[in-house]
Amino acid sequence: MCLSIPARIVSIDGSTAQVSAGGSLFRAGIQMIDDPRVGDYVLLHAGFAIQKISEKDALETIRLIREMNELGEE
Amino acid sequence: MKYISEYRDKKLIDRVARQIEMAVERDYKFMEVCGGHTAAIRRFGIPSLLPANIKLISGPGCPVCVTSTGFVDRIVACAQMDDVIITTFGDLMRIPGSGPNLEEIKSKGADVRIVFSGLDALDIALQNPRKRVVFPGIGFETTAPGTAVTIIEAAAGEAGNFFVLSAHKVMPPVMRALLENGIRIDGFICPGHVATITGYSAFEFIPYKYNKACVITGFEPLDLLQAILMLVNQVNSKRPSLETEYKRAVLPEGNSLALEVLSKVFEPCDAEWRGFGIIPLSGLTLRREYEKHDAGRLLKADFPRGKDNPACICGDILRGLKTPSECPLFSEVCTPANPVGACMVSAEGACNSFYKYTLYE
Repeated sequence: MCLSIPARIVSIDGSTAQVSAGGSLFRAGIQMIDDPRVGDYVLLHAGFAIQKISEKDALETIRLIREMNELGEE
Repeated sequence: MKYISEYRDKKLIDRVARQIEMAVERDYKFMEVCGGHTAAIRRFGIPSLLPANIKLISGPGCPVCVTSTGFVDRIVACAQMDDVIITTFGDLMRIPGSGPNLEEIKSKGADVRIVFSGLDALDIALQNPRKRVVFPGIGFETTAPGTAVTIIEAAAGEAGNFFVLSAHKVMPPVMRALLENGIRIDGFICPGHVATITGYSAFEFIPYKYNKACVITGFEPLDLLQAILMLVNQVNSKRPSLETEYKRAVLPEGNSLALEVLSKVFEPCDAEWRGFGIIPLSGLTLRREYEKHDAGRLLKADFPRGKDNPACICGDILRGLKTPSECPLFSEVCTPANPVGACMVSAEGACNSFYKYTLYE
């Protein structure tokens, strides 16, 4: 029950959304998401979206990890 | 899959593992306090990618595992009352109480239904206005806001037959309890999704007051290895601090909408943890404004304290004192098919993860 997975918002109906994760559709409460939009990626946890996932920060983390580990090998 | 596959890049994982190998200078022991991390660490075989002098131990991070025997007894008592439907996350079904568990009473006719979320439980209440629907509220800061939203919707929709028995808990007091008891670790792999809600502030006291390294991280193999590298570097530099590897999901201030509903519906209370006993102000109880949805009202106040199976060492495992393989019951008597203790029941429990992924190595 405690796992949270990245899911994409497919449609929005009031305070709930259909989200897609791993090829399955789930109903998710979006009351805790500021300005949810179709296409946004959210973390799905026990039937609720608990945060939007930041694409900018996701790419930045990967870039930093790459950089840090390339530098370390020189 | 987006936000998953890039964090499973084999080449990059290999590089970070080699960086860790080059960075180690001594023995290190780190504790993860999230059941999701426990499961991911075992599932991805993270220990097999680390040098032998880095040990990872599991802490009290699996919400169903730390749920006390007494709480299970209370839910079972609710289920045996007239016109009650129990709506629960599936993980709780086989958690042991002093007597029968939820699965056993369901097999004898009690109306116990598995739900995916609190909102599903509320739907069942709305569809069954003559029944009292009880939802056991378990989980940490990650799960409790969902329960809070559900209670607000129940109150607004006048679902007076919807009740929550709250065993929701918060993380910082149990981490403080571990540190006050002198746990011998060098740092924490901090729970990424608790931090998604709380932000950094929940963990800042740990490096500041207890001088332990802390990294908030995600749940993919690259997240976990990078966090371990950051922890090793913190220990080596003798400058413990709180760092975040999981910026794609954790803002410094957390999720303000979730924190708002949490404090609107719940207030802190003392709570019982399996393995720890009562920890002051470590639980969440419904505020007076929402007390008509508190399932505690359905039960008599002086409920007897639950009794644990004396042979099970779940408590020591949750406190990081023992590993599953040190339990005499592990894999002989206690298995996922026939669990004795809570840590073997939940998919995020240390014993369950050990059994599934490391027993036959």
